Amino acid sequence: MPQIRFENRTYALNGDESVLDGLTRQGVSIPSSCRSGICQTCLMRAVQGRPPADAQKGIKETLRERNFFLACACVPMEDMELSLPSDDDLPHIKARVVSKERLNHDIMRFRLRPAAEFNYRAGQFINLHHDDWVRSYSLASVPRGEDFLELQVQRLPGGRASGWLHDECKAGDELNLQGPLGDCYYTQSDVEQSLLLIGTGSGLAPLWGIARDALAQGHRGAIHLFHGSRTAAGLYLSDELRALTQAHANFHYTPCVSGPDAPDKIIQGRANAVALAQFPQLKNWQVFLCGNAAMVKSTKTKAFLAGAALKDIHADPFEFGVTPPREESAQAQG
Amino acid sequence: MSKSLYERIGGEAAVNAAVDIFYRKVLADDRINRFFETVDMEKQAAKQKGFLTFAFGGPHHYTGKDMRQGHAHLVKQGLNDSHFDAVMENLGATLKELNVPAELIAEAAAIAESTRNDVLGR
Ligand code: HEM
Repeated sequence: MPQIRFENRTYALNGDESVLDGLTRQGVSIPSSCRSGICQTCLMRAVQGRPPADAQKGIKETLRERNFFLACACVPMEDMELSLPSDDDLPHIKARVVSKERLNHDIMRFRLRPAAEFNYRAGQFINLHHDDWVRSYSLASVPRGEDFLELQVQRLPGGRASGWLHDECKAGDELNLQGPLGDCYYTQSDVEQSLLLIGTGSGLAPLWGIARDALAQGHRGAIHLFHGSRTAAGLYLSDELRALTQAHANFHYTPCVSGPDAPDKIIQGRANAVALAQFPQLKNWQVFLCGNAAMVKSTKTKAFLAGAALKDIHADPFEFGVTPPREESAQAQG
Repeated sequence: MSKSLYERIGGEAAVNAAVDIFYRKVLADDRINRFFETVDMEKQAAKQKGFLTFAFGGPHHYTGKDMRQGHAHLVKQGLNDSHFDAVMENLGATLKELNVPAELIAEAAAIAESTRNDVLGR
């Protein structure tokens, strides 16, 4: 009989008993509702051992890849070690700052060299631990071809973490990271699919990684990236993004300025509104939304109503100045 | 033995095909969308899968008591017969869009209808 390990204890399962039934029988309470593999309340993650295919039916590809499964539908074939979805079990890793460069008046680019191998997907984020604070920052680098981790840190008014990073952190410093986290990244299901990427402020960071990752993986469908800022000065990476449109005919870049100072040739309007006006029909599209939490939330609903399947909408909302986030929820910055 | 409604309607694949369509209709329906607004759309969609599996007579462990408890917070927010009717309408329209034969739609509607008093907490 396979055994399962959970929170440092070992449990034996009977015959064709599910993980949920076996744990419940032995007095361990796991959140659950339908007990039929539908409602996804009993989502767990296999830290060791592979969940059987039946236990992963209906869950998002990005979760499936990372060995998430439904406890009620999981009759293990082998010994497994399990955890509930949380980021507590993620490894900490040290990384040294190799460069610090200003991208615009309030966004700073940091390139870090991790002390050990660090496997991640472009678009995921890390938690940065320093003194008594923890903040989440998206990775703007791509794992293939770039041997550094890149963060693009926006200075927030009165933000302790972003203030320290901008004013004090310098090349040579060692940072304490935890991750990678989040499921907002490109998975290749259909190379011809159109991709819509919408980001505001430093929400461009994960999109910069995701777009280049998709291109590197040979994505052939159109990739439309909309970057929104309140002011023209808030736009950044414009030259790099324009160069990318030159290098790849299927990549398109639309900077948008929502305030009144939009310069010539820059569209005046909110990035999400501009994008959805241009593409009102999103059936079979993959959509990536990063940045301001209210923008991400409302655009997610709109993209779904415009025809995108829920499994094809990837979102990374940035919450500012809140306590550390949990995996699959919002990023905390500040 | 004759096949169950769930098998005849197409089982899990039918639920998967129906859930996005149904959830989209519900979110676009101003009579009831306030009950379904949430930050976590995946979780909400998964719950609507529970609803559809139930209506299709599929395998589930929901009881009348679960229906009562599961919707009690909505009854507090004013959930009434008119909202229930709207959900029934969206269910019917979803199945029609998927070309489910009328007699199967009627069977699913009857199953959902049978929960009215539990869902509305009466
Ligand atoms: C027509 C009969 C109905 C049936 C058979 C039914 C069934 C269900 C089921 C099985 C769930 C999932 C519970 C879970 O796994 O946690 C659910 C959740 C839900 N239902 Fe219904 N339902 C019905 C009517 C309605 C109506 C009329 C409304 C509101 C207009 C409604 C709103 C909701 C909401 C908002 C949830 C999610 C609740 C949460 O977030 O905890 N349902 N329903």
